[in-house]
Amino acid sequence: MKALLLKYWRVISGPSKHYSLGFLTMGGFVMGVIFWGGFNTAMEFTNTEVFCTSCHENLYAELQDTVHFTNRSGVRAICSSCHVPHDWTDKIARKMQASKEVFAWMTGSISTPEKFEARRLTLAEREWHRLKANDSLECRNCHQFDYMDFTAQSQRAVNMHSTALAGGDKTCIDCHKGIAHRLPDMSGVDMAGLD
Amino acid sequence: MNAFKTLALVAAAAFAGATAIASDNFATLRDGAIAQEKDAPRFAKVENNDIKRKRAYPMQPPTIPHKIDGYQVDLNVNRCMACHSRRVTEATQAPMVSVTHYMDRDGNFLADVSPRRYFCQQCHVTQTDARPVLANEFVDIDELLQGR
Ligand code: HEC
Ligand code: HEC
Ligand code: HEC
Ligand code: HEC
Repeated sequence: MKALLLKYWRVISGPSKHYSLGFLTMGGFVMGVIFWGGFNTAMEFTNTEVFCTSCHENLYAELQDTVHFTNRSGVRAICSSCHVPHDWTDKIARKMQASKEVFAWMTGSISTPEKFEARRLTLAEREWHRLKANDSLECRNCHQFDYMDFTAQSQRAVNMHSTALAGGDKTCIDCHKGIAHRLPDMSGVDMAGLD
Repeated sequence: MNAFKTLALVAAAAFAGATAIASDNFATLRDGAIAQEKDAPRFAKVENNDIKRKRAYPMQPPTIPHKIDGYQVDLNVNRCMACHSRRVTEATQAPMVSVTHYMDRDGNFLADVSPRRYFCQQCHVTQTDARPVLANEFVDIDELLQGR
């Protein structure tokens, strides 16, 4: 046992070819921190609106008309507040998926307003499915049901929130489609999720 | 030189005109001299209490008792119908659009809202808490009939 430890010690402290293993380990650690940080910074950048807007210019313009851009409280939602899960692993998963977008962008699937309009329903439906499946997680990151003050909400909101939402039959996106964007042709789509 | 003179004349005339109008006491809604920029009135708040207002006459399109900010009504989608269409009124308890909305101009009933009734805000409007600038002299038909 002692001999084994000694052997390890010699390997770690003794001069290797050029650097001690200890130095290499430390160096590796430092580089790791730098790369990890750099990776995360890159990840952070891909969460900025500048990044999203570089391909989705039209949607940024649309967002400016909505309550999630300006409101009395001055709290803003940016693209990634609604479109990228906050949980880190989910984020990676989403990023892997998003690489497909880069491919789609290269092939120009939504490169003109006309192409985008034609494809918009398909894209919107993907988002609705995602939000339906995660019980509107992104909305709930900001709007928490438990802290909604029904006495402060409008009557229409209370009627719906205290029944279908409270009972768990419906989730935010069932009723609040088109909250941040213009909607595509909705004929045949169940708008309020109440049908 | 000549051009300069003309310019000066025009400017003088314009100035004289402006002061003449300003000193006149027009009875206008504007309530202030014309050359003066008035403070803009406060923005009125849209009523959002869901309480139906009375109708001034039987055929009057009812007013909207709630906010409609950001509601999309265009070729793609009609947000109003997300709550007011026949199929969802049980769930929303919103009033169904009246049967006249399903009629074409020949009086035939269609399965869905008639194109001529599609754009809700042509007839229905929200109400605000703005105070009217002028008194409203509208007389209700019942009062007219009673000869008041
Ligand atoms: C390299 C250009 C590019 C960038 C940058 C980009 N997107 Fe996209 N995005 C696209 C393209 C192209 C599509 C259409 C994909 C298709 O046609 O299948 C798309 C589709 C989408 C969709 C539709 C749903 C789906 O899964 O297809 C959403 C939501 C979206 N992008 C959000 C974002 C957000 C949020 C950002 C910033 C974090 C972003 N995009 C950055 C090019 C881009
Ligand atoms: C970054 C935080 C954030 C996220 C994420 C977010 N919201 Fe909001 N939302 C807000 C703020 C802030 C307001 C405005 C509050 C106020 O009235 O001052 C708002 C307002 C609203 C309103 C009220 C609209 C009105 O006209 O009064 C609705 C409805 C709404 N959000 C739904 C959603 C839905 C659905 C989602 C998910 C797709 C979502 N929000 C995601 C922050 C957020
Ligand atoms: C069953 C349908 C339904 C569901 C589910 C639902 N809402 Fe609503 N919500 C409404 C209606 C109807 C209104 C009032 C009309 C409007 O604002 O367009 C409203 C209004 C709001 C408002 C504005 C409050 C006010 O006083 O008008 C916010 C914020 C909001 N919803 C957030 C959410 C969030 C977040 C969720 C998910 C946790 C959610 N809603 C789920 C139907 C629903
Ligand atoms: C308040 C939440 C919210 C914000 C902020 C938001 N989105 Fe969306 N986005 C949605 C929802 C919900 C959908 C699903 C379609 C719908 O309901 O309008 C969607 C759909 C999309 C789509 C699919 C095509 C379409 O128009 O339906 C793209 C692309 C997209 N968003 C990109 C963006 C970009 C880029 C930004 C930032 C400029 C952004 N979104 C900001 C909630 C949001």
